[in-house]
Amino acid sequence: MNAGERLTDDNFPAHPEKATLEGKNKFLGFWLFLGGETVLFATLFGTYLGLRNMHLDGPSGEELFSLPLVFLATMLLLTSSLTSVYAVLSLKQNKVRSLQGWFIVTLLLGLGFLGLEIYEFIHYVHEGHTFTSSAFGSAFYTLVGFHGGHVLFGILWISTLLARNWNRGITLANAPKYYLFALYWHFVDVVWVFIFTVVYLMGKVG
Amino acid sequence: MATHESHKKRSGLMDWLTTVDHKKIGILYLLAGGFFFLIGGLEAILMRIQLMEPDSKIFTGELYNQLLTMHGTTMIFLAAMPIIFGFMNAILPLQIGARDVAFPFVNAVGFWLFFFGGLLLNLSWFLGGAPEAGWTAYAPLSTVAEDTGVDFYVLGLQIAGAGTLAGGINFLVTVINMRAPGMTFMRMPLFTWASFVTSGLILFAFPALTVGIFLLMFERVFEANFFNADMGGNVLIWEHIFWIFGHPEVYILILPAFGIISEIVSTFSSKRLFGYSAMVFATVLIGFLGFMVWVHHMFTVGLGPVANSIFAVATMAIAIPTGVKIFNWIFTMWGGQIRFTTAMLFAVGFIPTFVMGGVTGVMLSVPAADYQYHDSYFVVAHFHYVIVGGLILGLFAGLYYWYPRMFNRVLNETLGKWNFWLFFIGFHLTFFPQHWLGLMGMPRRVYTYMSGQDLDGANFVSTIGAILMGAGTIVLLINIVISASSKYATTKDPWDGRTLEWAMPVPTPEYNFAQTPLVRGLDALYVEKTAGNGEMTPAEPVGEIHMPNGSILPFIMSLGLFISGFGFIYANWIVAGAGLGVVLITMFLRSVIDDHGYHIHKEEVEADIKGGRA
Repeated sequence: MNAGERLTDDNFPAHPEKATLEGKNKFLGFWLFLGGETVLFATLFGTYLGLRNMHLDGPSGEELFSLPLVFLATMLLLTSSLTSVYAVLSLKQNKVRSLQGWFIVTLLLGLGFLGLEIYEFIHYVHEGHTFTSSAFGSAFYTLVGFHGGHVLFGILWISTLLARNWNRGITLANAPKYYLFALYWHFVDVVWVFIFTVVYLMGKVG
Repeated sequence: MATHESHKKRSGLMDWLTTVDHKKIGILYLLAGGFFFLIGGLEAILMRIQLMEPDSKIFTGELYNQLLTMHGTTMIFLAAMPIIFGFMNAILPLQIGARDVAFPFVNAVGFWLFFFGGLLLNLSWFLGGAPEAGWTAYAPLSTVAEDTGVDFYVLGLQIAGAGTLAGGINFLVTVINMRAPGMTFMRMPLFTWASFVTSGLILFAFPALTVGIFLLMFERVFEANFFNADMGGNVLIWEHIFWIFGHPEVYILILPAFGIISEIVSTFSSKRLFGYSAMVFATVLIGFLGFMVWVHHMFTVGLGPVANSIFAVATMAIAIPTGVKIFNWIFTMWGGQIRFTTAMLFAVGFIPTFVMGGVTGVMLSVPAADYQYHDSYFVVAHFHYVIVGGLILGLFAGLYYWYPRMFNRVLNETLGKWNFWLFFIGFHLTFFPQHWLGLMGMPRRVYTYMSGQDLDGANFVSTIGAILMGAGTIVLLINIVISASSKYATTKDPWDGRTLEWAMPVPTPEYNFAQTPLVRGLDALYVEKTAGNGEMTPAEPVGEIHMPNGSILPFIMSLGLFISGFGFIYANWIVAGAGLGVVLITMFLRSVIDDHGYHIHKEEVEADIKGGRA
């Protein structure tokens, strides 16, 4: 069977994302890639932890961070992970419209998160906390910015994926792609949980 | 049955620019890596000419620093690793009975990223001077350097490193998912095992380098303050990040050489590898311990006796699995019918040379003693004994061994032996005296020394040795050129091989195996030979074979990053943005153009089998 053909309920496999060798390879390769990404973020966290008190004359994290705002951003992102789970459930039930709907909600929540982050950064810059103001500034914007960059990439990814497959239904070629995006999105979410803890909560208690 | 007729046969240059065939990508890696090896070797000989006599004034100061930085960087990132990747690409899928690697397109992307990264780095010679902060680019040396040399280092390595990471993931998935029926993990040839563990190390080591280089780039291009002590930064962060990557990197280099030596020693002793399962265990253990020892590069930094002791013990522990390997190679030869081909000579020469490098490694792992050796020529002697005496001898061995499989020719054995003896003797002449130079106090990374300090004689001998190594390499080049004549055409199994890569006709068909082979034991081909079959039993009937289409996108994508690299180096945001735009557009095209590859029909495969071409 051609991997690009629309699956019907009769020939729908239990795991459409892993039904072909290409799918299996992508599935495993992407998990491994996330292993590498873990090292990437671990290194950034290490750098941040080494430099987080080096704010010189500028404001410290304790003075800067506003927990209600960060909490709202966290809620948006965690909810977007939940909606991507619903999208993957729809994928496994061959419900393409429901899959599209849930991923669009995911996308909008991701955009909301990104908007809050941009607002937050602009606010900090006005407080005198910039990328070049101190080692703390460099480390903060690098760590949180790398995460924000990942969110932005995810938004571009799911947008392209949805647009390209809008009228196609679920196929053995696109099922792994949807699934991989969801994996990626969960990973980005987990990293944010660590950022929330290590940067914001630990920053608040000093 | 749906087939795709979108397949275009390309020829000439276009074929090489668009290929996704792992065998051709292997050749590309080997050629590009070999080219950079010559450049790195030339840089080394120029340094040795400067050091031949005391108070010499040929390549001094900044130029010498550029030579030493580029020699290290080129040899590690642009010569050794790509040549390893060349062998992995050309041989690993064949050894496990696979038709291809898991991600052929990504494989091509990986090659072109390495190529353009290396090109960018070397163009620095012509565009304002090469980097001069050492291959380790220690802050603040690298952050305060005012010309653009370090920027070329940063962007060139970032681009090449991304390619390496992609390659590592590709090989991991290939080994896990694409082994032929019966090829269990404990039947995999040692080279495949070593490549597998190496790929795992790449996966966990290279992202740390990625971050380190980003930090350095942000510091230089966007005025960040990670390493600037005036603004609260800390230079030790660079050292930690660099060596968390850098130490596993030396095992990324040496493990594939161990794999190559294992294959060759076994083949040319006509014996199964002694202690196969111990060899596998030792490989995995070395890979694991490689991550636990990075602080031994920082014993003199002042982290304190507790940290130093922990990392000293972890470092010494690596000698145990390495010793297991050395003894197993010797026991493999013991009682075997040894054939001293050139490949075997290199493999046998490797063993005592690498042991010497290992012994000085254990000496260096004692922190108290390290305060004496630190930053002296003793360290230079040590790491050249393991990297050149280990890895490069292993790569020469692999080249002579696998040349018939990759190029359908054998290399001339007489010239091969000249190659070996010139290089081997030259190597020991170069680096053995450097142990004494170091113990007598000659520091590394300096461009001259004074006469009357008993350093003259050993330095002179060392330079003579370097020239001999250069001569050995020239013999190899001559050998490669003359091997192009039809006199050196080969049969499919010139060495009486034991593993699967020798089971296919010459030249290797583009789909590798017409029928996926059934593997019935360790040394799969040897098992069939002793069973009287002579060739592999197929695990499937003849059928259609699915192949990936070639694509120019990997080339264009890497070209885009290359262009954006210049933008970042010269702080020209339009060029940087345009280059990244090209990358995004190629990624977009890759996502929206459906490419399901093409099929080779059953009749064609049957015709190939009949005609002896498969």
